Amino acid sequence: MLEIKNLKVKVGGKDILRGLTLDVPAGEVHAIMGPNGSGKSTLSYVLAGREGYDVTGGEVSFDGKDLLEMEADERAREGMFLAFQYPVEVPGVSNKVFLKHALNSIRKHRGQEELDAVGFLKLFRSKLKTVKMDKKLAGRELNSGFSGGEKKRNEILQMAMLEPKFAILDETDSGLDIDALKAVSDGVNALRDENRGMLVITHYQRLLDYIVPDRVHVLLDGRIVKSGGKELALELEERGYDWIRAEQGGAN
Amino acid sequence: MSPSATATTLPTEPVTPAVTETEATIAEFTARGYDAGFVTDISTDTAPPGLREDTVRFISAKKNEPEWLLEYRLRAYRHFLTLAEPDWAHLNYDPIDLQDITFYSAPKLKEIKNIDDLTPEERADYDELIKTYEKLGVPLHERSKLSGVAVDAVFDSVSVVTTFKEQLGKVGVIFCPLSEAVENHPELVKQYLGSVVPHTDNYFSALNAAVFSDGSFVYIPKGVRCPMELSTYFRINAAKSGQFERTLIIAEEGSYVSYLEGCTAPMRDENQLHAAVVELIAMDDASIKYSTVQNWYPGDENGVGGIYNFVTKRGACRGKRSKISWTQVETGSAITWKYPSCILQGDDSVGEFYSVALSNNRQQADTGTKMVHIGANTRSTIVSKGISAGHGQQTYRGQVKMLKGAKGARNYTQCDSLLMGDTAIADTVPYIEVNNSSAQVEHEASTSKINDDQLFYLMQRGLSAEDAVNLIVNGFCKDVFRELPMEFAVEAQKLLEVSLEGAVG
Ligand SMILES: Nc1ncnc2c1ncn2[C@@H]1O[C@H](COP(=O)(O)OP(=O)(O)OP(=O)(O)O)[C@@H](O)[C@H]1O
Ligand SMILES: [Mg+2]
Repeated sequence: MLEIKNLKVKVGGKDILRGLTLDVPAGEVHAIMGPNGSGKSTLSYVLAGREGYDVTGGEVSFDGKDLLEMEADERAREGMFLAFQYPVEVPGVSNKVFLKHALNSIRKHRGQEELDAVGFLKLFRSKLKTVKMDKKLAGRELNSGFSGGEKKRNEILQMAMLEPKFAILDETDSGLDIDALKAVSDGVNALRDENRGMLVITHYQRLLDYIVPDRVHVLLDGRIVKSGGKELALELEERGYDWIRAEQGGAN
Repeated sequence: MSPSATATTLPTEPVTPAVTETEATIAEFTARGYDAGFVTDISTDTAPPGLREDTVRFISAKKNEPEWLLEYRLRAYRHFLTLAEPDWAHLNYDPIDLQDITFYSAPKLKEIKNIDDLTPEERADYDELIKTYEKLGVPLHERSKLSGVAVDAVFDSVSVVTTFKEQLGKVGVIFCPLSEAVENHPELVKQYLGSVVPHTDNYFSALNAAVFSDGSFVYIPKGVRCPMELSTYFRINAAKSGQFERTLIIAEEGSYVSYLEGCTAPMRDENQLHAAVVELIAMDDASIKYSTVQNWYPGDENGVGGIYNFVTKRGACRGKRSKISWTQVETGSAITWKYPSCILQGDDSVGEFYSVALSNNRQQADTGTKMVHIGANTRSTIVSKGISAGHGQQTYRGQVKMLKGAKGARNYTQCDSLLMGDTAIADTVPYIEVNNSSAQVEHEASTSKINDDQLFYLMQRGLSAEDAVNLIVNGFCKDVFRELPMEFAVEAQKLLEVSLEGAVG
């Protein structure tokens, strides 16, 4: 479903991704772990189509299409979703109004009928329950003044509403209390199915107790340097990244 | 042409305009964005260009005016000659050559008693006019779907149609062209004309008092709540002409009226002058709500053409507990110079100003308000939202004045600017003067920029760049849109979207 081949990306003139290869088939959830600054968010932004990232090599195919050819909004309408590590505040814009616009532009693209206010509200309320989000909070201005954890929960609410084909979760677990972690995981698990792929970026193996991944990858210095099953996450938590660095050094 | 000849009520029989025949004769300038930019092709009665005493006499004679009004105009004209064009506003434009402007242009069409009596040529002009307003979406038929709104349609220098006059007359509301009011209600016009904006007030008000053409006259008698929205639709059509309308609204004790104003003009590469004066008077417990959606042609993206909009609007809250509320959405014009104001004379009177002003491309707007607190416990609220895109330039200029007697008076001002791109400019120039220690003035200002992170975030959820911008802009303006009557709010939202086309990406 998502095939990344030898992706090289420069940011601000600096090489950040240096030949990253990764394949996430439909129906699977893959986790990416890696030290700070290794390029995890860079990868997620490049996949989502943010400007300012200079792709100098490699290719990405999404559902058979050339992902890098598309603008950010086209990618979103094609079903690519990014839960931001740092969700953006947009004061003045109602969370609900925004979501209705977003949902309808995606539905339109899929050839589905646009939802009217009643249809939207019905869906909205049911998804609020899924992610256990407070109605008042969800009706406020988009992320404006939200606490860190509230913003993350709002990302999952949006994901639940938009039902993307592929979701990237960039440290969605950071800053969440235990209940929120549970709610967010439930939201993610509810979306797991054989047609949908997910990439979960995290620092903590704890999240992977809730969202059990099919594969775990280690991103180091802009490359996937090790892959394994869920047990790799446990090992990383115990041993840190130095041993992998050492392995790499030895391999070079 | 007599005043009554210029203002007629449409026959209530549905008229079927010759749509297919007239389509071809309406010269359409199909440029993106401004869809009111077409020209209506009809025979007109036009004054020779230039401003002289003759011009003033010509206009007065055309309107069959009484001697006192001619005298009023001439006084204003003579005073005007002593004044220089103001230069304190943050506006850059070439000096206006008044000798190049036509100060009077009116459709030749005479009074329509029965449309069957029209000559073929008149009938063609009539159809053209009807077609024009249809294209602009202005309901001139009393049976049309917007039947809750009475319309006065002002075409260049004259009012061509006023609807629902009779129905309004039944409750004592007078809604007619000003020239008709001069004829039928001279005592009211004489008493109030120039009483809020004297001809000596400023350069443009002096000019207007000398050469004003039609505008609307509204009189709401004591205790009457006007049963429908009143509106005037101003259309500039003739080339090289200026529009100098004058509107006068009087709300007697305990009455209420909501009045709407819309304006458009053809797209031309010359600049056309619009210098209007609006006076509002509210007596004890009376309330006037005045809403404007200004969509004069803004000029092209290089700043060629567009309307120069120099307008003096002022309301006097003469009575106790009276209220005047201005709401404006200013999307058009190359130049906007406009400060709808309230003189809060009556104790406990209330003044409000809600404004959205947009400058895109090379548009310049210097706009704001004046709240003059005279009476005790007077209150005013100012909410100004300025949006600047492209090379647009935007200045909020607002004055809050608390006079000695304004015991316990309060003002709240909120003044927000939204910038798009790196070449747009926004300025805030507040003047505050407090002469009563118990008066309170509160001023909040903010400047924000639509940033790339916000756009990316919204686009990541499937919105196009333009939808993303529109969403942010609408959010920014919602405190003002909320004040507009429903139909107008929708219209205003669409207008902003069209005006911002091409502002991103
Ligand atoms: N605009 C930029 N200019 C220069 N360097 C940048 C820019 N953006 C990111 N970087 C650098 O790229 C590297 C990768 O950053 P990235 O945000 O992808 O890391 P990360 O793996 O997500 O880290 P974390 O775990 O802390 O979230 C970092 O060294 C960062 O400083
Ligand atoms: Mg990161």
